[in-house]
Amino acid sequence: LPRPARFDQRGARFDRVALFSGLAAPGSGRPSHKKKQEADLGSTWDWEIFLQDTGGGRTYLDWMMSAWGWTMLVSVFALVVALVVGSLIGILRTTPSKTLVFIGDAWTELFRNIPLLVQLFIWYHVIPQMFPALQAIPGLVLAVFGLGFFTSARIAEQVRAGIMALPKGQRYAGLAMGLTLPQTYRYVLLPMAFRIVIPPITSESMNIIKNSSVTFAVQISELIFFALQSSEETSRPTTIYLAVTVLYFISAFAVNRVMAVVEKRVQVPGMIGGGK
Amino acid sequence: MLHLDFGFLNWNVISTYVAKGFIYSVQLTLVAMVGGIVIGTLLALMRLSGKKWLVMPAAAYVNTLRSIPLVMVILWFFLLIPAGFYSAIGGQFALAHWAELSAVITFTFFEAAYYSEIMRAGIQSVPRGQVYAGYAVGMTYKQCMQLIVLPQAFRNMLPVLLTQTIILFQDTSLVYAIGAYDLFHGMDLVAKNLSRPVESYLVAAVVYFVICFSLSMLVRRLQKKIQIIR
Repeated sequence: LPRPARFDQRGARFDRVALFSGLAAPGSGRPSHKKKQEADLGSTWDWEIFLQDTGGGRTYLDWMMSAWGWTMLVSVFALVVALVVGSLIGILRTTPSKTLVFIGDAWTELFRNIPLLVQLFIWYHVIPQMFPALQAIPGLVLAVFGLGFFTSARIAEQVRAGIMALPKGQRYAGLAMGLTLPQTYRYVLLPMAFRIVIPPITSESMNIIKNSSVTFAVQISELIFFALQSSEETSRPTTIYLAVTVLYFISAFAVNRVMAVVEKRVQVPGMIGGGK
Repeated sequence: MLHLDFGFLNWNVISTYVAKGFIYSVQLTLVAMVGGIVIGTLLALMRLSGKKWLVMPAAAYVNTLRSIPLVMVILWFFLLIPAGFYSAIGGQFALAHWAELSAVITFTFFEAAYYSEIMRAGIQSVPRGQVYAGYAVGMTYKQCMQLIVLPQAFRNMLPVLLTQTIILFQDTSLVYAIGAYDLFHGMDLVAKNLSRPVESYLVAAVVYFVICFSLSMLVRRLQKKIQIIR
């Protein structure tokens, strides 16, 4: 069986996922699911399917590992976008300028109050239509920015809270010393604020892995996409779902450990969370 | 730039495609909120009971659900609840609305994990002296919780519980994974059947934004009010 290309299908209607979730033919019920469920409940675990060939010269295990790679890739790049944009917006919201605060607030509210799924659809189906120049951009990049901007609103909230948590005197001291406002941020406020916000950012990094699962809806070949397609093909959803769930556990745990190391490396001696 | 035309979105289209989905989204949110808060409070009480055989399962439940993506949980529930369950609770109607009912069950149990963390923080925010005072006047554990601790925990945490409900409302769009007919599914059908993806998805975003933004404004006002009472 030749496998249909799973990337750059923007423009093409949702073929396989749509078929699977019953979106292709509204009102026709979900026969594929019912059939699959009956088939699956009769059988027990079948781990051998991971050694089966998908028809494209690789096994389901290979495919799952590549899907895991896409999950991590989307998550890491989106996290970079979210950290950069979120920090910037968070800083804007603490400046004395009313205009900048308004821009920051508007950004946060906009990206926080629309579901991620809808935001991804906008990135995927609306923005390239409205700006034809952007049609050449691959779907992966759009998904990364979609997930990144969505998360940036949350990071901005944390960064803002981190800066606000500092005593006001620190800002005044910096300005009184003759530092400009950007210098005050760079040398006085941000070095402390960023350390304060590491714990909430850890949980946002774990959230971003969980939220990357939504990108299946815009044809990114990540773990959920793999789970849906491969269980459709093999009729062994229980086995596949369990494997995918375990991979999500491992990923979240790994991020947690990495961030714990970061937190230890940058801790400020003398603070409650800091050196022992 | 593309020329946008929202003229196709007349009352006929809205009542055919969108209304049904909107009502379901609201129902799903409300049921999952009430059910989630009840189960979540029970889980929080289990975790704070100090009895190992209660603490362990509750903690395992909450931590497991909190580390799996919601989409995965939706797929699991959809897969694992057998058809017999649906026909037992609602016969033909339930079988015809399999995905929708599965989502209601999923969200109730999934959100319970998040609500339980909020309620746990709320219960812990009540000063210990109040519990001692309750015991001192001869109240049982149950009376202490019911009459002293939980009402205060609930009131202190009301803004956070409502904020979580706004997140829940946004998350209901993820029933897309199993094809349940919610607000977004309705707009998605408009996009496809009327070939107006740009306008439909924009309208969907605006609708979600208006609802969530106004609700979060209300929560903020409530928060200010509660702060004065305290």
